[in-house]
Amino acid sequence: MDMAKKIAVTTTLNGEESIFLCEPRQTLLEALRDNLGLIGSKEGCGNGNCGACNVLLDGVLVNSCLVLAPEVEGRAVVTIEGIAEDGELHPLQQKFLEHASLQCGICTPGFIVSAKALLDDNPAPSEHDVRLWLAGNLCRCTGYDKIVRAVLDVAEGDS
Amino acid sequence: MQAIDFVAPTSVDEAISALAAGSGMARPLSGGTDLIAQLQEGRLTLDTVVDLKRIPELMAISISSDGLTLGASVSCHSINNNQAIRDAYPALIDSTHLIGGTQIQGRASLGGNLCNSSPAADSIPNLIAHSVTCHIAGPNGRRTVPVEEFCTAPGRNVLENGEFLVALEFPAPPANFGAAYLRFIPRNEMDIAVVGAGADVVLSDDGSTIQSARVSIGAVAPTPLFVQEAGDALAGEPVSEETLAKAADLARDAARPISDMRGTIPQRKHLSGVLTQRALRIAIDRARGTKTVDELGRLNGHG
Repeated sequence: MDMAKKIAVTTTLNGEESIFLCEPRQTLLEALRDNLGLIGSKEGCGNGNCGACNVLLDGVLVNSCLVLAPEVEGRAVVTIEGIAEDGELHPLQQKFLEHASLQCGICTPGFIVSAKALLDDNPAPSEHDVRLWLAGNLCRCTGYDKIVRAVLDVAEGDS
Repeated sequence: MQAIDFVAPTSVDEAISALAAGSGMARPLSGGTDLIAQLQEGRLTLDTVVDLKRIPELMAISISSDGLTLGASVSCHSINNNQAIRDAYPALIDSTHLIGGTQIQGRASLGGNLCNSSPAADSIPNLIAHSVTCHIAGPNGRRTVPVEEFCTAPGRNVLENGEFLVALEFPAPPANFGAAYLRFIPRNEMDIAVVGAGADVVLSDDGSTIQSARVSIGAVAPTPLFVQEAGDALAGEPVSEETLAKAADLARDAARPISDMRGTIPQRKHLSGVLTQRALRIAIDRARGTKTVDELGRLNGHG
């Protein structure tokens, strides 16, 4: 491998100002996992199909595997590690547990980040809204029903 | 894996310089949903990524009585959430709601969809139906190209070395204008079009006659096709199923698809006609003000 020059990136990461070094061709997912030790975001497909790496970039849901790490300079990134607040599980995390919405767990961080983005956008989604919004998150263990029920449970609890 | 450079210019002129620098292997980046995937999979060789999203002109949405100028890097998410675009160009949302899932729409741009130049791109028949003009910048200055002339082959287009797309210009919709984009996929969402069809119409004031129309079909030729003869056949004709069927026949005749994993030649030719007729019906309903973007969203499986 060539000796790649590194870029210092300043970002707001899960609410805190953060500076990290990355190679220009590293994806945000690689920087989060390999450079910053935030291994909650998962690599499923690495090409934007599965949603396991989803994060919020300036509040917008994106695949972190399809973002180059230097792109987040000056932007705000929220990962699964930033979803719980003050040591308390986010209601989505709690309801995923109660509804047993996971088996192996690889897809779960992506689902929770996606569902949070949905509820931020639309606090009272229909089941159709939930299924459509989560269409880009793939789960190969449980199927989707328990996941959808958990999200709807939180939505109903909010409304 | 080869190292690359990353630059994020803040003006069109800086971007032109950045793309011209080095060994001619710099590539512009917008949403990255095609570029980064291709880079990661080793299908693309480049030495510099030029991120265009810090350039105000590339991220601008300018809408007025003169029409809409959409920066080439504006994301589908930004378009979906722009009420002025939803009101004036509801058919555009047909495409921006269909390109990938939610998180792809958070990044993917119409400029990128056009520059990736896939024959099956979900925005291009729609852009053709809307008579969009492409604004291009490069080392030799600026130029414009009608969108139906932009793509030249699968993955290829009129952009010369060092050039990039700056903006898409939509004319102001005339009175009694309606448009629509429909695609066929075997799933409910997150798939690549087997066939797509975009259509626009301008009706007479009483809504009974088609004054002009444009039809475009995708995934049935090496590039998205502008089926000018189908639109021409509708001009001056009364709104009727017979009239629309004639346009559908012309679209079917114009389609020259291949058979592949997504569909066969006969299926794609058949779909070209069916989708053209349905897209025209919806465009007419919209021109008459009787169908909303959300109703059409449900037709495409997107509530």
